[in-house]
Amino acid sequence: MNREAQAAVLLLTGVALLHAGLSDLYLRYVKAGLQPLLLAAGAVLVAAALATVWYELRGPRRRTGQGPGDKPGDKQEDTHDAHDAGHAHPHPHPHHEPKVAWLLVLPVLALVLVAPPALGSYSAARTGTSVPRPFGFPALPAGDPLRMATVDYAGRAVYDRGRSLSGRQVTLTGFVSIGRDGTPYLTRMVLNCCAADARPVKIGLTGQVPPVLRPDAWLEVTGTYTPRRAEDPVNDGPVPFLDVSRARPVREPAEPYEG
Amino acid sequence: MTVTKEAAAPAGTARQDTGPPDPEQGWRVSSPLVLTMLLLVVLTLQGPVRQALSAPVMQSWTTVFVAVVVQALPFLVLGVLLSAVLAVCVPPSFFARALPRRPALAVPVAGVAGAVLPGCECASVPVAGAMVRRGVAPAAALTFLLSAPAINPVVLTATAVAFPDEPRMVVARFAAGLLVACVMGWLWQRLGRPDLLRPKAHPSAEGQGRGAAFWGSVRHDVMHAGGFLVVGAMAAATLKSFVPEDVLRLASGNPVVSVLALAVLAVVLSICSEADAFVAASLSQFSLTARLVFLVVGPMIDLKLFALQAGAFGRAFAVRFAPATFAVAVVLGSATGAVLL
Repeated sequence: MNREAQAAVLLLTGVALLHAGLSDLYLRYVKAGLQPLLLAAGAVLVAAALATVWYELRGPRRRTGQGPGDKPGDKQEDTHDAHDAGHAHPHPHPHHEPKVAWLLVLPVLALVLVAPPALGSYSAARTGTSVPRPFGFPALPAGDPLRMATVDYAGRAVYDRGRSLSGRQVTLTGFVSIGRDGTPYLTRMVLNCCAADARPVKIGLTGQVPPVLRPDAWLEVTGTYTPRRAEDPVNDGPVPFLDVSRARPVREPAEPYEG
Repeated sequence: MTVTKEAAAPAGTARQDTGPPDPEQGWRVSSPLVLTMLLLVVLTLQGPVRQALSAPVMQSWTTVFVAVVVQALPFLVLGVLLSAVLAVCVPPSFFARALPRRPALAVPVAGVAGAVLPGCECASVPVAGAMVRRGVAPAAALTFLLSAPAINPVVLTATAVAFPDEPRMVVARFAAGLLVACVMGWLWQRLGRPDLLRPKAHPSAEGQGRGAAFWGSVRHDVMHAGGFLVVGAMAAATLKSFVPEDVLRLASGNPVVSVLALAVLAVVLSICSEADAFVAASLSQFSLTARLVFLVVGPMIDLKLFALQAGAFGRAFAVRFAPATFAVAVVLGSATGAVLL
């Protein structure tokens, strides 16, 4: 790969990062807190691409005394490519990079053209539920029904036996996943860094559950705590239940993960 | 749209004819041309590509693949910038003064110095490469490579948050991480052969201005490490989306098997060291010692890191260093767990 192509790949990668970081796209893959770092990295990559072009345009003139010419790249390119193939020549300015660098194009294409969706019921079904233990159980704020995070509800239900939830109507948002035994779960993936470490929090649905549930459909359910409990067959993790009184389909939120 | 198609059709055949860009045979194909053709082909085949990737398993693969790359790139860029600063602004004499002359002493100093690089493992590989090129004893640079992602304050804080009931986990992680890093440094000093360690030649900075040298180093490191990062991300995504987690249940009964199972899992998952504590916390069916081994192995060797190390120091080095690191981390991690947990 010669320097022109390297500059192009750097530029593509940087622009892809900026594109993902400036829209909500990055939220499908990484935690919201990573946004400033993503933008900074994108900016550095774009700057590196521009610097490469800048020094490449200035360099040959200075080094070989060549005029700017109509196409300063052409003659250069041939020599670069010869060196790409024949690694044996010693060259004062080694320009070639290993072929593996070409692979950088793949994530860029995946990000810009395919933009894969956030992890959903497929991953949730294959990963055991994980309810992190909360630091404490402060009294719930006012609100009826009270909108709360799925992971917060699960933490109170599992580790506080639902005491702080008793007598309260709560509203949870998540996507549908179906357990192996057919139990419908309201699921939310919890991220700590990126989608590779995503763990699901599963909440069993009981009561007025909609008759037809499509996996991956996003739901907003309102209901009350019920002491019913089950175990996730994947890892024997605790699955609390919600006694549903109302459920309505909603759009996927901009931030699909909880963290 | 017709214009794109017409342009892309010959592009497709050209790619089949020439395969990987090899300018000596057939046409003279320059890399920018190949890149343009590749982009055109993919743009035209966008529909079929999306369709092929719409199966749940492929979607999950692509999501994890993109996520690992997107998450790691900022840290890689941070490491690359630090490495460029080392290459351009810090004279070799600085390291000669900062580190003890005897490598046996330089190793623990480098290990403790790893605590100040607040990044994950992707940042430490280019920095360690730059240290070797700047004349730091390889044993010390390798110790830094291993200790920086394992014991820095960000990682230890994350561990404390993930294990609120087990403060000893933080102490054990720090102790085991530093210990393994130093032992690997001393082992390299004893057994390592200098010819194995081939830090990739950098474009020489001779006769260039500081700006040119700095950006040359950034470009070179990103192109090198980036490609290997993609290889590692593909491997991690493949295992993550094709192997169901249930297989772990079989391992959790036996203490020895569970330690080995989590050590292998740490290698396979290639999670950033700032996040692995949360995953370890969720593997509650395993003993604390097994989870400690997961936390010790993960930052030091995983698929992504192996690819990055092979890229930075050469494959001959990586195939020896990685298994040794794995073995030392498993043994010392279990021993630390037995004493402290």
